Amino acid sequence: MKHIISVLVENESGVLSRVAGLFSARGFNIESLTVAPVDDGKQSRITLVTIGNDQIVEQITKQLNKLIPVIRVANLNERAHVERELMLVKVAAEQENRAEVLRIADIFRSRVIDATTSSFIIEVTGNSRKLDACYNLLQPLGVVEMVRTGKVAMSRGEKGLEKR
Amino acid sequence: MKLTGAEIIVKCLQELNAKTVFGYPGGSVLNIYDEIYKCDTLTHVLTRHEQGAVHAADGYARATGEVGVVLVTSGPGATNAVTGLATAHMDSIPMVCLSGQVPSALIGNDAFQEADTVGITRSCTKHNYLVKDVTQLARVIREAFYIARTGRPGPVLVDIPKDVTSNVADYEDMGGKVDIPSYKPKVRGHRRQIARAYDYLVRAERPMIYTGGGVILANASKELATFAHIIGAPLTSTLMGLGGFPASDTQFVGMLGMHGTYEANMGVSRCDLLIAIGARFDDRVTGKIDEFAPDAKIIHIDVDPTSISKNVTVDLPVVGDIKHVLKELNHQLENSEFDKQKQDYTAWWSEIDAWRKRDCLAFPQSDDVIQPQYVIQQLHELTKGESILVTDVGQHQMWAAQYYPQEAPRRWLTSGGLGTMGYGLPAAMGAKMAFPDEPVVLVSGEGSFQMNIQEMATLMQYNLPIKIAIINNNFLGMVRQWQEFFYESRYAESDMTFTPDFIKLAQAYSATGFRASKPSEVGPTIKKALETEGTVIMDFRVNREANVYPMVPAGAALNQMILL
Ligand SMILES: Cc1cc2nc3c(=O)[nH]c(=O)nc-3n(C[C@H](O)[C@H](O)[C@H](O)COP(=O)(O)OP(=O)(O)OC[C@H]3O[C@@H](n4cnc5c(N)ncnc54)[C@H](O)[C@@H]3O)c2cc1C
Ligand SMILES: Cc1ncc(C[n+]2csc(CCOP(=O)(O)OP(=O)(O)O)c2C)c(N)n1
Repeated sequence: MKHIISVLVENESGVLSRVAGLFSARGFNIESLTVAPVDDGKQSRITLVTIGNDQIVEQITKQLNKLIPVIRVANLNERAHVERELMLVKVAAEQENRAEVLRIADIFRSRVIDATTSSFIIEVTGNSRKLDACYNLLQPLGVVEMVRTGKVAMSRGEKGLEKR
Repeated sequence: MKLTGAEIIVKCLQELNAKTVFGYPGGSVLNIYDEIYKCDTLTHVLTRHEQGAVHAADGYARATGEVGVVLVTSGPGATNAVTGLATAHMDSIPMVCLSGQVPSALIGNDAFQEADTVGITRSCTKHNYLVKDVTQLARVIREAFYIARTGRPGPVLVDIPKDVTSNVADYEDMGGKVDIPSYKPKVRGHRRQIARAYDYLVRAERPMIYTGGGVILANASKELATFAHIIGAPLTSTLMGLGGFPASDTQFVGMLGMHGTYEANMGVSRCDLLIAIGARFDDRVTGKIDEFAPDAKIIHIDVDPTSISKNVTVDLPVVGDIKHVLKELNHQLENSEFDKQKQDYTAWWSEIDAWRKRDCLAFPQSDDVIQPQYVIQQLHELTKGESILVTDVGQHQMWAAQYYPQEAPRRWLTSGGLGTMGYGLPAAMGAKMAFPDEPVVLVSGEGSFQMNIQEMATLMQYNLPIKIAIINNNFLGMVRQWQEFFYESRYAESDMTFTPDFIKLAQAYSATGFRASKPSEVGPTIKKALETEGTVIMDFRVNREANVYPMVPAGAALNQMILL
């Protein structure tokens, strides 16, 4: 089963390789991983998606907690949460396809962020299923490349990971 | 006070009460060596190989409970240290390794003697640092010592570029104080969990205590003895936990696991409550995991949450330091009606005693060929069991565990988790360095001994006399045993057809060598060695194809032992 894990770490050099190295060394899976500094840049927040049964995911969270620069770990599957992902898709579209591309973009409430006479870049945000659906519709129209950020997620309600 | 990085390192070592450094110099650490030269409170031991330095610091740490300190140069110095770090990491031994690094400006340029030391050692240390700024140096060294010895101990490496050792920064003695917000190991066990342990204990009809290296690391032997005596249950220990509870105590049923005793393994397989204390359910201990302690509820006391329910699901975890948790638990047991409420264990003990009668460690004596087990028994008898006993890895290690019963902690030094051949000689050296007045005996195999044989020179240079018993079967015996049992005796590359003449070898190092080839020579050889001053190598030509029994084949259930 897929689990979304939020990890708050000290923003120091090498911390990402410690986290990634833990997964490879112990044979855990990483499906996606996003990371960026938060607050004043002293800390970073990692969101990672992993696959495993309850026992494996319990080990993953314990092992993450054991890393010295890790401040807090939360398995978001254990609580109500929201998740979002961002995707950019470049479509090579000329004449007859251009209207169709724009229509699909509109259906998914996405934005065109670059346009040339022969191409568009569409930005889509949402949950992963929405991104998949949008991509599947654009694909036959001539997708050149696409990139996704991987999930970011947050628990609902007033409590946060950074300050308890 | 403005000091250079090298001066700060030495000041910090003094501040942290480090007295002995094991190391090997090279270009990137010359500034540090120059300060060590000027310092008269630090003793430096120049080993003959960096691996030797790390194992020596490890032996020092195991024998004393203090943090072992190592200093190596960049590149090959650091890579040579890796096996030692991995050994310490697997057995949770507190250690700080300082490694030199090429100047900051050259890092990443494939500079002379550059290695990505932090990258290479990431997975074989508890934590590691690259210090890029001299103003951070003192903080990092203090943190390294703190992390090494607290929580679940382990080795910490600090990689220091050469320019950082010559740059200057302010230094102030902080008495070792640190503040690491993201690292707060749990010491006290959860109150409610400890209270629940009481309920489990009261209900158990066949309780069994299973202790490990954590008892030694936590210095909790006294608390363990109190606990065990209140409960009155049989107690078994892992290889790493030997000495945590006196082997002569009637409640002790010996080691468990692959080469554990019949009574210990049968006991674990039959018990209805297993109380695991500072042990990590290693696969050498559990055998087939689905059939490990199948009827038991399990209580597990451990400071490291990742040890809990990693291999075997635990019913009642208590995360905390053993010393604190057992004190609390003992307090509860002593201030309650436990004695009256607990079940009657008479039937349980008669089962245990019946297994004991199998006398699984009995072995056939012979008049013309030396049995390796007999050598260990004689060593035990003639040292009155009072020596610090260090081993290498292989059959001789298991026999030493079985036939040299341990009465007290920190006197049994062995590489369990990584099983590093070549650990013994340097580790014995480290122990002798820590306790110059205590007898130190190394039990080694001719294979293992040759892996760090160069440290003989270090022993001589620093006048660290130890007695070395080589259980010489001219085989990589443990490998040969597996080949005999599981590969139809095809002894692929386990036959050491040539080994050096260990007597002459001893002489080459200005030490003494004795050989025993007949059982009648064993006792006299050991006596002579103990009476001889200085380091002595005893070369025991033993039964070449003796096996370690009992043995649980890999993957079999614990109660499926091959017995002699
Ligand atoms: C050839 C060979 C054969 C072997 N055969 C056997 C065998 O038959 N039987 C056997 O037992 N072993 C055997 N071993 C050793 C085995 O590989 C493991 O090293 C050993 O079983 C692990 O011991 P342990 O569970 O006590 O764990 P250790 O590695 O000693 O771990 C200690 C545990 O205690 C915890 N801890 C540390 N400090 C504290 C504290 N202050 N408070 C609370 N908890 C703490 C740690 O988190 C950890 O979980 C063999 C090794 C070799 C090389
Ligand atoms: C560095 C290293 N290499 C290989 C092994 C695998 N191994 C385990 S025991 C053993 C044989 C050890 O032989 P020896 O030291 O002669 O001891 P004996 O088993 O004969 O008592 C080997 C090769 C190991 N444990 N460590």
